[in-house]
Amino acid sequence: MDAAQALVDGAAGVAPMILYLLAILFAAFSGVPGLFVKNHGARIAATLMVASALLGISAAAGVLLGGPVASLQIHGTPLVSWGRLDFDPIAAFFVVPVLLLSAMASVYGIGYWGEHQEGARALRFFLGLLAAFLALLVGAAHAFVFLLAWEGMALMAFILVMTEDREPGTRRAAWIYLASTHTGTLLLIGGFALMMMANGSFAFSALPPGFAASGRGTAMFVLFLLGFGFKAGMLPFHFWLPPAHAAAPSHVSSVMSGILIKMGILGFIRLVSWVSDPPVWWGGTILVLGAISGIMGVALALGQHDLKRLLAYHSIENIGIILLGLGLGLIGKSTGHGSLQVLGFAGALLHVWNHSLFKGLLFLAAGSVAHATGTRDLERMGGLGRLMPKTAAAFLVGAWAICGLPPLNGFVSEWLIYLGAFRGLGLSRWAFSLITLGALSVIGALALACFAKAFGVVFQGEPRSDGAAQAHESSSAMLVPMGVLALACAAIGLAPIVISTPLNRVVSTLAAEGQGLPSLGSLAELGWLSAMAVPLLVLGLILWKWAVPSPRLKELPTWGCGYIAPTPRMQYTASSFADGLVQGMNWVLWTKVQSGRVRGFFPFPRRFESHLPDPVLDRVADPGLRGTAFLLSGLRFLQAGHMSIYLMYVLLTLLTLLVWMVV
Amino acid sequence: MYHDILITLTVLTNFTLVATSRIHKSIQVAAFQGVLLGLLPLTLGLGFQIHILLMAMAAVMVKGWFIPFLLRRALLKVHIQREVHPYIGYTVSLMLCALGTGMSIVLAHNLPLKPGGPFALFVPAALATLFTGFLLLVSRRKAITQVVGYLVLENGIYLFGLMLIQDMPILVETGVLLDLFVGIFVMGIVINHISVAFDSMDTRQLAELKD
Repeated sequence: MDAAQALVDGAAGVAPMILYLLAILFAAFSGVPGLFVKNHGARIAATLMVASALLGISAAAGVLLGGPVASLQIHGTPLVSWGRLDFDPIAAFFVVPVLLLSAMASVYGIGYWGEHQEGARALRFFLGLLAAFLALLVGAAHAFVFLLAWEGMALMAFILVMTEDREPGTRRAAWIYLASTHTGTLLLIGGFALMMMANGSFAFSALPPGFAASGRGTAMFVLFLLGFGFKAGMLPFHFWLPPAHAAAPSHVSSVMSGILIKMGILGFIRLVSWVSDPPVWWGGTILVLGAISGIMGVALALGQHDLKRLLAYHSIENIGIILLGLGLGLIGKSTGHGSLQVLGFAGALLHVWNHSLFKGLLFLAAGSVAHATGTRDLERMGGLGRLMPKTAAAFLVGAWAICGLPPLNGFVSEWLIYLGAFRGLGLSRWAFSLITLGALSVIGALALACFAKAFGVVFQGEPRSDGAAQAHESSSAMLVPMGVLALACAAIGLAPIVISTPLNRVVSTLAAEGQGLPSLGSLAELGWLSAMAVPLLVLGLILWKWAVPSPRLKELPTWGCGYIAPTPRMQYTASSFADGLVQGMNWVLWTKVQSGRVRGFFPFPRRFESHLPDPVLDRVADPGLRGTAFLLSGLRFLQAGHMSIYLMYVLLTLLTLLVWMVV
Repeated sequence: MYHDILITLTVLTNFTLVATSRIHKSIQVAAFQGVLLGLLPLTLGLGFQIHILLMAMAAVMVKGWFIPFLLRRALLKVHIQREVHPYIGYTVSLMLCALGTGMSIVLAHNLPLKPGGPFALFVPAALATLFTGFLLLVSRRKAITQVVGYLVLENGIYLFGLMLIQDMPILVETGVLLDLFVGIFVMGIVINHISVAFDSMDTRQLAELKD
């Protein structure tokens, strides 16, 4: 950027902006030293990423606690376009999980991906670049900068998913991801073009009043909804997400699930901040899509046998919860109900943080399990709680939080959305509140069932394979990041009052012009949540004391049932545990089951296999694309193979365009 | 005054290019056309500006000497003299070229452009040169004649870009760079690879590469 002249508006905002830019630089270069040194590359990268996180989070803390907002103008030249970076409350709020989780993933990488394992250098280098692009994206205040960072992020993630490119499944997952992300970008370009027509500039600013309700405003909303929805993994555009999350190395999955898909939510939040008079149906559409994503996400998660695919479907579920809050807040904004607006937006925003913390934690723990057992298949695990107690504890904290149980952080954000929905019941648009309440409770119950299955099958019972029996606890480089994330989950859950100032600051930027909003503290008694946590913790402690067996008891295999020769095969499997619920929802899930019926007294051996295909990828997108390819094969005659003929096509196009311009 | 003469000569060279069958001569004519276009910025009455002078020099060097030099060297290696059996014969080519030139004048007349200035002939001439380049590309078989076609096509684009020389000199200068790119890229890759892989300079051989 030699030619670009940098200007910082307002001397007071200089410090956070410099810290933010330094954080981006540190992250971008974190993998570079590792390219040249023989050993310790991972440690250097992790140190730089942690430094980047400290810089970025301190800058964000300044802005979120009421400090001044900084803006950086990049002046245009014929070859470089104009650009702007704003380190405003929205950027500060999103940069915290971005840098924290990237740093934790980088530290985890020291233990997870050995120094001399294939692709280690590239993995670190591109992970650093991914973090840098993500951090740049949150501050982008100009469509070009935004799209540049968006594409950078998408490409880095594609390269990272491709890390184990010897597996055909990985290659397929990465290509599906690349095609989806580019479809999303194409839609966004259209959206930004319409925004530019309304504003006269590609820089982000409030849209003129009345635009949202116009035809162009509607087109812009639909394009943004689809474009950001693709990235966020909103149903029915979620299909790239489970294969990509499952195929990537676990710490990359945790970054992708924890923060990359949240960039879709960032887009929605930015959109909300530009529009002062959104029509009610905007919020309603987002809310209904959120309800569908949430319920379908968790329902599909129940039927999975692959631990990381299961977690990936839970990401879709949690995006659904965030969208429910966002939709509720948007309806509040359209109808002018400040309390609905504050509670909905605050719940959605807090869930963005929370999900990145506990889902990051869960993916790291799942990575430890996969690392120790050499498989991601739930049916080959079991009994790992005794062999890897710390990983089990970390997974339990994450599972507890993701189910929205008090006193952890997942509860707080869902609580805010519940509160908003209850307040909305008394208003004219009560139907949306009812949908929110119904969806949230169904999601909560199913998530609990799903994690009971996941935790029970992985960590309890008896090992179901040799790999699981020979598992070992992970190294401290992998355990420390999990510990940090678990502590963060607990901190937000136990003392939610600390995040009320940052949330108020971000929510106030989403207010319409001249609109005064009630503060979050006056709507939700966050202090009481801390007080309620104390008896819960005491109760938990008592139960723990009671449950720990006395040393006099004899240890026997789980599910032994007093048989003479119990085997691990007599345990509940992951499929059998979830079967009741999956059967109940088979009218939407369509599980594929292959089994032979057992008849008679001395039956022959039978096999049972169940498989839950993705409803969009395997049933719509795949056959649809095959059909399109077949139809389009009729146009193959155009590819004659002669260069002259191709050039003639160019000439004909040029002529047609010229004549079209003239006539 | 002078620029009108230069542009008229450019359009005449177009006709010579499509009508000639000897490759050596077409290289010569293309070089001549390059020199004409290189001199053009000096006759626009923009005053004596150092960057315009440098640009004219660069254009004359690249279009009039460097690329023809490369083409002649390639010609020496492959021992061909003539373009035999083009896809479109010479008489028909000439008629098409005339048709294209006429159409360019009609098109340029109707295009929503700013009237007046020294650029009255620029747009039709640019379009005519563009069409000629395309005609050469589409109708000829030998790779080397096709490179000449690229060169002529590029001359048309350069002519169009010259209209912007006052407002966006950098754009026109990048155009000259594009010439170098065409020269090196097309020469290096297309010709070399065709002759190495197929022992011939006939681009029909490339059809075997389609899947």
